[in-house]
Parts: sequence; C-alpha cells; structure tokens
Amino acid sequence: MNFLNGLTRREALMRAGVAVASLPVLMTLPARAQVKVDINKPGDFQPITIAIPDLLGDAQLGKQIVGVISANLQRCGYFNVLPQQAYLDKITSIDTAPNFANWRTINAQMLAVGTIARGGQGLIAQYRLFDVLTGEQRDGKQFTTTAENWRRLAHILADAIYSATTGLGGYFDSRIAFVDEAGSKQKRSKRIAVMDQDGANLRYLTADGSLVLTPRFSPQNNQLAYMQFGGDEPRVFLLDMQSGARQNLGSFPGISFAPRFSPDGARVVMSIINQDGNSSIATMDLGSRNLSRLTSGPQIDTGASFAPDGSRIVFESDRGGGQQLYVMGAGGGTPQRISFGQGRYSTPVWSPRGDLIAFTKQAAGQFALGVMRPDGQGERILTTDYHAEGPTFAPNGQVILFFKEKGPGPRLYSIDVTGRFEQMVPSPNFASDPAWGPLLA
Amino acid sequence: MSLSTTLNRGFRIALALAGALTLAACANTNQDQAAAGRATPGSSQDFVVNVGDRVFFTVDATDVTPEGRTTLDRQATWLRQYPRYTFTIEGHADERGTREYNIALGARRAASVRDYLISRGIEASRMRTISYGKERPVAVCNDDSCWNQNRRAVTALNNAGS
Repeated sequence: MNFLNGLTRREALMRAGVAVASLPVLMTLPARAQVKVDINKPGDFQPITIAIPDLLGDAQLGKQIVGVISANLQRCGYFNVLPQQAYLDKITSIDTAPNFANWRTINAQMLAVGTIARGGQGLIAQYRLFDVLTGEQRDGKQFTTTAENWRRLAHILADAIYSATTGLGGYFDSRIAFVDEAGSKQKRSKRIAVMDQDGANLRYLTADGSLVLTPRFSPQNNQLAYMQFGGDEPRVFLLDMQSGARQNLGSFPGISFAPRFSPDGARVVMSIINQDGNSSIATMDLGSRNLSRLTSGPQIDTGASFAPDGSRIVFESDRGGGQQLYVMGAGGGTPQRISFGQGRYSTPVWSPRGDLIAFTKQAAGQFALGVMRPDGQGERILTTDYHAEGPTFAPNGQVILFFKEKGPGPRLYSIDVTGRFEQMVPSPNFASDPAWGPLLA
Repeated sequence: MSLSTTLNRGFRIALALAGALTLAACANTNQDQAAAGRATPGSSQDFVVNVGDRVFFTVDATDVTPEGRTTLDRQATWLRQYPRYTFTIEGHADERGTREYNIALGARRAASVRDYLISRGIEASRMRTISYGKERPVAVCNDDSCWNQNRRAVTALNNAGS
C-alpha cells in the first residue's frame, strides 16, 4: 500500500504512468560563474530570468505545455519567464548547442528547450535546461506518459526546471483539497473540492448542501480525513478520493474534529470533545480502529500535526491561559511549550521538510501567518491581515497555502516561506481550509 | 419588584425582536413577528419569545454571564413546566477565532449552559450538546456589534412539533 517509501521519485513516476529517463549531457564546457541562487537567503531577491520556447514536435501541444510550465514558474515568484516575442534565436533541434550569445543578449540566465511527440504509447517529451552564461547543461530528461496526462507532464517538467535551478524539491505536480463555500454566511453550504495546485481539473467530492470542514490528505494521496456535520454529532470521516466512499472514524461518544494523518498513513490524530466540554488529542490506528488518548485535562487541546518523521506532534492548547503551541512525543508525554510571543497561536502545521512549523497568530485585532523552528526559535511573520488562517505546506516545504477572509467570503492565498511572494489562488467560489497534497509521483 | 421585572422583561423581548428583525433583514428568515407576541403557552414560540432561547458570552469566555443566568433560570422554570421537551444546546463562537479552536470553544459554552440547567434541576437525559464553532453566525458584520450576537449558546427544543 505504502509503495512510495523506499522508491525514488523516478521509480514512483514510472509506476504512476509517467516514465522518466536522463538524456545524455549535450556538452560540457569549463564552468564559469553559473546561475546559483539561494532563495531562502534574506535580502533582495532578483527572479531568475528564463526563456522557454515552445516545445518542438507537436506544435499545439508544445505550446500548451510551455504555457502551463511558464505559468507555474512565473507564479512561484522565483522566475521571470521572458516573453517569447523577445527571443532572437529559433530553436530547431534540442540535440545541437543553442546560440547562447543570442540568449545572453535578451538577458536570459536559463534556457529550457524540449520536444513533444505523440507516439503509439502516448506522449514522449525530452527536455534540456541550460545555464546561458556558462553554456552548461543543467538537466536533461525524457518522459513518456499517456496523452491525457499532458498537464501532469507539464507540471513535472516545471518541477524539473524549478529543482535544477533552485536546488529545492518540486511541488507543481500536486493537488489542493479545500472547502468550497456557497450561500449566505448564516447558512453556508460547504463541500470538499480538489484541484491541481494551479487550479485546473476541479472536482467536488462531497454533496452540495452539507457542512464539512478541514479536509486533510493522506500521505498516499488517495484519501482525505475531514470533519462532517449532520447526524447526531459532527465527526471525523475518511473519504476515498477515487470512489467517494466514506468511513466514520468518530464512532465513539463526543464530537471529533481537526484530523490529520501520521506521515506513514497508519494513524489519524484528531481532537475529541469530552463530556466536560474540554478538548483533548487522540490518535486512531486505522487498522485496528483503536483510539489512544494523548492528552487530558480541563483545557482545549487541538490542531495537532505530526513531524514528518512521525516522532513528535505539535498542537495548540490553552492550558497555560491563552492559545499557545506545544510539542509532545507522538505517543503523548509532557508537552513543551514552544511559542512565547505576544498574542494567540493556533493551527500549527509541521513542514514536510521538518525545518519549520507554520501557524496562525492573533494579536492586536489582526490575524497573521507565521513560521518558527520546531524548538520555537526564529519566529517570522510572513503576512498580516484582517483575517488570515489555516496554513498548509507545499510538498517541498517552500510554499504555504492559507485562506483570507474579508468582505463576503474567504479565498485561498499562497505565500512562500521567505514571505516575498503572496498571491490569491483562483477558485470558482469562496474557498477555505486548504490542504496541500503530496507530490502525485 | 414585580413591575420592574415585567418592565425589564418587556425591554428584553423588545431587544430580542429587534435582533430578530435585523436578522430577518439579513437572512430573509420569515419569522412571523406579529404571532410571536401571542405565542401559545408551552409552544416553542413561547419558549423563544417569552423565555429566551439563547445566552451570550464575552470574548473568548465560556462562563455564563449574570444576564445569561437570568435567562437560564427562566429556561429551567419553563422546561420543568413542560417536561415533554428534550432539547439540544448549541454552542457558537464569533468569527474572530480559528476554525478548530472555535469548535472547541462552542463546545465549552454548550457545556456551561448544560451544567447550569442541571444545577437548576433539569434532567441531564433531556439534553444533548453540540458545537457549531463559527459555522452558523446569526449576524454578519465587521465589528463587535454583531460578533457579540454570535458568541452564544442556543437551547433548541427537539420535539417542538409534538
């Protein structure tokens, strides 16, 4: 079931229907100052200029794919994709050296070229990424997949360019689950939707007219855990994203809410409201359905999130008075408080990279999104607004999705962990409670 | 004493109706205001209009206020008088909190009301509690003039039609 563990992304890609192979290096020139970026270094940041001519071969598909790649790279904030009208050179083959002087003239630092062909098996794409200043080939790959996967192919190509240039893991080949909102604020209808991270391929997974909250991806990318109202008590459910089948995970007394999967997918951590009205944290083993209570006492403990190695859990608690962040072992034990700033801290989520915990912070009548290291040091506020809430990390730990609520309804926003690039994520209706899924692999 | 209570109560009902009117304007609910004054004793309308079905809370607080206790005392009297009703206590929070915390906060508010009604002799078996967090505001605005209406616990009669 958990076949991704122990496999490289390349092997996993082949199983998922996209096969990848390396292309031979076209040439090696003596390395001069190559394009080297440290995105996370504080200070001024200049986006990397990149030229991406339409892929050779199938002209229509080549244009579509480059459109998706360019939109991804431009939106992430780290790239400035140069407009094709400015290109002086015409690429006629990806197996001969480009005329780098012509690309230097238009101030391109990087150049991505490729081909796309429809074959008997589906699509075959080849691509090479060059450092224009040195003439060095930075990456070269071949991908084969089925025709209906062309958008995923474009996302995978964008991830390859992004990773080879920044040294970071990719995230474009991933999906977002969120809550689609309709109707008046007093009687909102909420349903779970899922779409590609760029807003394409939107699909609704629960019926209209319901009230569902906080969908969270399984690490296997095939299930969502979420809270659903209706029946006698609101509860945590599991939803199979392919079949739509639901399972009640909260078939015990008390409201259950705020679910998240463990990194191995074997357990779901959630909050349970006790008879006395207080909230505590428990994990449910998905195999045995045994519940282990990790906290107890006259307080509100909620918003639990596992560290990526599964060893610890971060959560919010008002045990010391106001809402603050605490870390405890995945099996319980004495929690250590990690947040000490002015204000209330909530909705902590551990980065898949392990280096940061993102949170919502309320202070001085405003909401803010911030990050701190798991030991509580290095707190940085990324953005402040009238209402901003509910961070979720991209698979590479570099971008955070959250929602802002102003005026008639909420919208999704993304911001990178440097805080430099914030923008709205398009959604057809009001949208809240985003969850960023793993790489589709 | 009895006159001032009546006056106070009249004032409170007027306030409640004003709130309901505002709501009706926002939410297009079709509450029949005229009928409310002549509610049949023992009806759910009687409970809502003449007793008061909700209590309000201060920011991030879960203790029942002195005003809330007065309302709950009336609820307890009425619920003892009409033992055929079971009811659900719905806890709610305003929008100025995060989603998960507000679910927990609403649950505490509902539990506060439950505990108070039990202390006034209402059987625990007649009541259940639920929290809607910030999911079901009754008033929508950008300041505390309506957030304070949303920080509430509502005693909803379950078998009101029977």
